[in-house]
Order: sequence, then C-alpha cells, then structure tokens
Amino acid sequence: MAKNQLIGGALWENYSQKVADRMNNPRYRGEITEEEAQKRNAKLVVADWGAESCGDAVRLYWLVDPETNRILDARFKSFGCGTAIASSDMMAELCIGKTVDEAVKITNLDVEHALRDNPDTPAVPAQKMHCSVMAYDVIKQAAAIYKGVDRESLEEEEIVCECARVSLRTIKEVIRLNDLKTVEEITHYTKAGAFCKSCIRPGGHEKRKYYLVDILQEVRKEMDKEKRMAEETRFSEMTVVQKHKVLEKIMDEEIRPMLAADGGSLEIVDIQTTDNGKTLVYIRYLGACNGCASAMTGTLYAIQGYLNRKLDENIVVYPI
Amino acid sequence: MRIYLDNNATTIVDPRVKEAMDVYFCQQYGNPNSLHDFGREVREALRVALDRLYRGIGARDEDDVIVTSGATESNNTVLKSVYWQFIARTEKKRILTTPVEHPSVSEVCRFLETQGAEIVELPLNQDGIVDVETLKRFLDPEKTALVSVMWANNETGLVFPIKELSDYAHSVGVLFHTDATQAIGKISVDVSSLSLDYLSFSAHKFHGPKGVGGLYIRAGAPFVPLFHGGEHMGGKRSGTINVPGMVGMGLAMELACDALQYEVTEVRRLRDKLEDAILSLPDTLVIGKRDLRVPNTLLASFRGVEGEALIWDLNRAGIAVSTGSACASESLEPNPAMVAIGVNKELAHTAVRFSLSRFTTEEEIDRTIEVLHESVKRLRSLSSTYVSKKS
Repeated sequence: MAKNQLIGGALWENYSQKVADRMNNPRYRGEITEEEAQKRNAKLVVADWGAESCGDAVRLYWLVDPETNRILDARFKSFGCGTAIASSDMMAELCIGKTVDEAVKITNLDVEHALRDNPDTPAVPAQKMHCSVMAYDVIKQAAAIYKGVDRESLEEEEIVCECARVSLRTIKEVIRLNDLKTVEEITHYTKAGAFCKSCIRPGGHEKRKYYLVDILQEVRKEMDKEKRMAEETRFSEMTVVQKHKVLEKIMDEEIRPMLAADGGSLEIVDIQTTDNGKTLVYIRYLGACNGCASAMTGTLYAIQGYLNRKLDENIVVYPI
Repeated sequence: MRIYLDNNATTIVDPRVKEAMDVYFCQQYGNPNSLHDFGREVREALRVALDRLYRGIGARDEDDVIVTSGATESNNTVLKSVYWQFIARTEKKRILTTPVEHPSVSEVCRFLETQGAEIVELPLNQDGIVDVETLKRFLDPEKTALVSVMWANNETGLVFPIKELSDYAHSVGVLFHTDATQAIGKISVDVSSLSLDYLSFSAHKFHGPKGVGGLYIRAGAPFVPLFHGGEHMGGKRSGTINVPGMVGMGLAMELACDALQYEVTEVRRLRDKLEDAILSLPDTLVIGKRDLRVPNTLLASFRGVEGEALIWDLNRAGIAVSTGSACASESLEPNPAMVAIGVNKELAHTAVRFSLSRFTTEEEIDRTIEVLHESVKRLRSLSSTYVSKKS
C-alpha cells in the first residue's frame, strides 16, 4: 500500500471504464413529465436528495405502475462530479423493472459493484465511494414519496458508515468480539471509515450522527466497567497471590486510612483457603490499634463487613 | 490540440532553461565543493545563477538568497526557524497568517500549534485580501514572532498589499515573511523597496525546473537552518547543491523578469478575453476584481455545474484546468476568499481555476472558450440544481 500512495493525485485513473463511459454518456439522464406518466397510466415520482452546497445533489424520476408497484422507467438529473453522475445513471438503470420494495433494497454497494469492469477491482477510489451513497438515499426518498410514508421508516438499521453501509450494531459487536482498541482496527475489520472518512471523527467531509471515535470510546468504557465487575465477583476463584494483591489494595485505599485517623494500622500476615470455600485473612494490628478494645469487636466487624461487601461474603478476618 | 491552462500548478520549462541545464548532467557534473577543476568549472555557473536570482528579486549583496528544494522547504524553513528562535524560548509565541495560505504554510502552522505556537488567522476583507487596517488591529508586537502573508493567492490570483503590510510590521518591530510563489514572473517582486525579512519562491512556477526554489533572508534577520550537515549555502542550507536546478532557476528568473511586461499586457489580455467569454454565459461569476489579481489567473464559478465534472469534460477535449474544492477533499468548506467576497455558499463546488502563462496562445484561448460553452451547456442540461433555479 505504501508504495502506491507515495505519488498522489491518481483519482481519475482509479475510475472504471464503466464510470468514465457513463459520465461521458449517461443513458438515463433527463426527466419524465406528468403527461408521459398519464399516457402510460403510471404514477410519476420525483425525489430530490442532497444540496449544491454539499457538493452533490440528485433528482430521481420514477414511473411506477400503480397496480404492480413496478418501476416502469427511471431518469435522473444531477449536480455532482463524474462519479456522482455515473452512480446516478447506474442507480436509475438498476431501478427499472423492479418493484418499489425491491428497489429500496438497492444499496450504494450494489451500484458500485455494477459499475466495476472487473469483479475484484473497485469502480471508484475510496474517497469517491460516498458519491454512490447519494444514489442509495434518493431511492429511499422516492420510495417514501410513493408509499406516502416517513423516510426513516424504510431504514432498517442505524447506519454509521454510509459508504460501506456498516451499522451501529455491527460496529459495537466487532469492537467487543475482537477487543478492538483503535479506529484503524475497526476500519480494518468492517471497512467503516475506509472511504470518505466522514464517520471517523467530527470535522470531516460531512457531518454525521455517530462517529467511530465516540462509539469506540463508549464501548471501551462499558467493557472496562464490565471487566472490573467481573474481577470483583471472581474473588473466590483467585490464587492466594491474586487475593493478596486485591486485599492489599483495598487495605491501602479504604481501611488503613480509616485506622490511621486514630493513629493505628494493620498488616496482612497470612491468607488461607478452606475446603468449604472460605477465605481466612489473618491480620496483625499495629500502632494505636494494638491493644485497643474495639480492635477485637467494632473495628474487626467493620473490616470484615467491608471486605464481605466489596469482595466476597466468604471472607473471615482473624486478628493475631 | 492539448491546451495547458493550469500554470499555477506548474509550468512548462522554458526550452532555453532546459538547454542551459543540460550541460550540468553529463559534462560538467562536478561537485561545486570540490577543489579540483570539475568543481571549479561548476562554481562559475552558480555565481551567474546567483546573480540572476539576486537581481530578479532586488536582493542586496549582504542579504542571503539560499537555494532550496522549493517553496515548501523555504516556507517550512522560515516558520520552524521562528519557532526555534522565539516560540520555543520566548514570550513571542504568536504567528499571524491568513486563512488562504498554501498548505506549506498553513499545515506547518497547524503543526507548530501542537508545539506551543499560537496561530492567528487574519480575516479577509470584502476584496478577499488582508488589508493593513486589519493587521494593525490584530498585531500585538509583544506577543508576535512573525507575520506570514502570501504575496498572491494560488487559487484566486488575488494580490495582497505586501508593501503596506510589511512596512507596518517592521514599524512595530515584527518579522515579516511572504510566500511569493505565485507572484514571481507574474508581477514585479522587488524586495529592495520593501520591509521583508523572508521571501519564498519556487522555480517550476516560472518556467524553471521542479525540485528547486529559493529563500530570501534579509541581512541580519534571525535564522536557524532546517537542514544541518554541511557548509553549503554558507551553512544555511546543507546538502550538495542541485547544480542543474540552480542554473535553470537562475535563467528562468531572468527570463521571467524580462517577460513581465508581456505578462501584464499580453497574458492579461488573453486572460481577460477568456474571462469576458465566461461572464457572457448566464449565471457565471469570477472571484475577485481583475485589477487586484495577478494577470494570469481567474477562478470562475458556473452555477449548476460541479467543478470536477467540468474539468473532466475539458480534459476530454485536451484542456487542463483545475478545481480547488474537489468533492473528494476532506472538507466541504468553501474557499475562504469566496466566503469573504460574499459568494453564495452553494457556489463553493462550482469553482474552476484557469491559469495562463506566457506560452498560452490566442488560438488556445479561442478553443477553450468554444469547448467551455459546450461543456457548460451539457452539464447544465443534466444538472438537477440548475433547472430548479430557473423554475
């Protein structure tokens, strides 16, 4: 990859011949009039998507047979670069002959695949992938208009990366299953963020609802929390050394400061595990605790109670 | 016929320049640092080249004009020198610059920001440039290490008032740098009448070879080299001298200065002819007033036509132009100069740059006008937004 990236600017060289041909001579450009629709006893649908200020805008015309819901003809007009025009043209072609419900299932990936000269070579370079997303969006829009429903109701999943059509659910799953720690890894596993890069972090090509950096951070936080909880509940299964570490930590953080307030302290002398699943913790009081009456009663119960709540209810503390 | 109208990206090497360079590849290939005759015979050619460079920009003998690999290196050198001299070790942490600098200034600033520099972008006025009143408002001499303002903008061709800006910066004791990459060979650049400390340029923008450029450093201006490791360029830029490049750049500079009159009359006439033809089409505009621009550049907007689609069509007809805001770029923000001038945001993706040179012919411009009319017609006929504007 590195060698291929050292000389930049090869954008157009990575367009397939089909993309170039359809840019030069789009087959379905134009419009369909209301008169034409009436002549063919069909319903005319005109859907717009995008805006000039975003760099891409497309208008899709459908002629739909109201009896069969089949798309009889399609045309498009577009404000956009070569790949946007070529994708719109292919999108219109893919719509023709399908029912509206079938057409809604066409994705930008289908459009891009149809534009390939060779099944293994992408039709457009990565950064141009988002041009075909427009084609996908405008179909949804046309279908929503035809059916008289809200556009969102046609979306089955929350999509994070439009270019590669990767859902929020997939991304979260992949992070968890593979213990992913970086956005690069997410891209490697799912292709999300590999194309126009808008979904990686704010400030890219276009504004997004979700960003990979945020999703990663959120899932990692959840995972850390779960891991911590898992560690705590598994105290009984720890080795003596692990138990010692956990106990020392809790003594340092919670118990010794308490005792220090009265000028005392304690040390862990021994830890034993019994056959019936109990953990015996032998401690020795130091400083002011040593000889204090409460050290054998209230203070002892407090320490044991704390450890029972925090770590394991089968911990028993013995002062020696 | 192939027509090259992308001269702000790079230019054809003047055949005379190529011829002058040729001897330094296989005949006089010595290292100018060598004591023997192979080295000596090369040094004479370098002295001539240096004379041409000094004369070309009006530098005095006590100043330095060092040869670099291009304006990117020159710009990096100045900004990083200022970083080491001031930002890293004094209270002067600020660099004042503009929102339309070439990435070899703006991206360096962004990097220096991570190292503790404070970068302030001076706002553009309604003409798309920075005026001296703005500089006065923003410049705090106590906190500012450098003002860096390009001489002419690569996309719009707009010329900044470098004399007024640098005079003011100097009057309050602040260093001034200008990236003159797009100015040399297009308008008169004479540092002797200016208060500049540093000036960058690149040979391939004025019919010289690629990979060679220059940096003017006023005598006494603080300087830390970017490259260490030899005594080349008086220790200010180490690395064996690019002899053919330097010879070529010297001659290219002289030829460009000699052709300045032609540039401001003939190149400008052809540019204006193309501009008039573009403006004769409905719903078109050109960014920036003609008199405020270098004579060779025009950035035009064709409503309803996406820029990359237009350059695709022109390229099919053998005409090379460019777009600044390719829709594949990371950001969709329009050119700040267009925003400052008050161009509608919707036109951001319709801008296409035509940049001529002294090698551009009238026939080429006529052909371009013809093809342009056809392409704009075709793309508007399939544009979803252009039709909607009319209805």
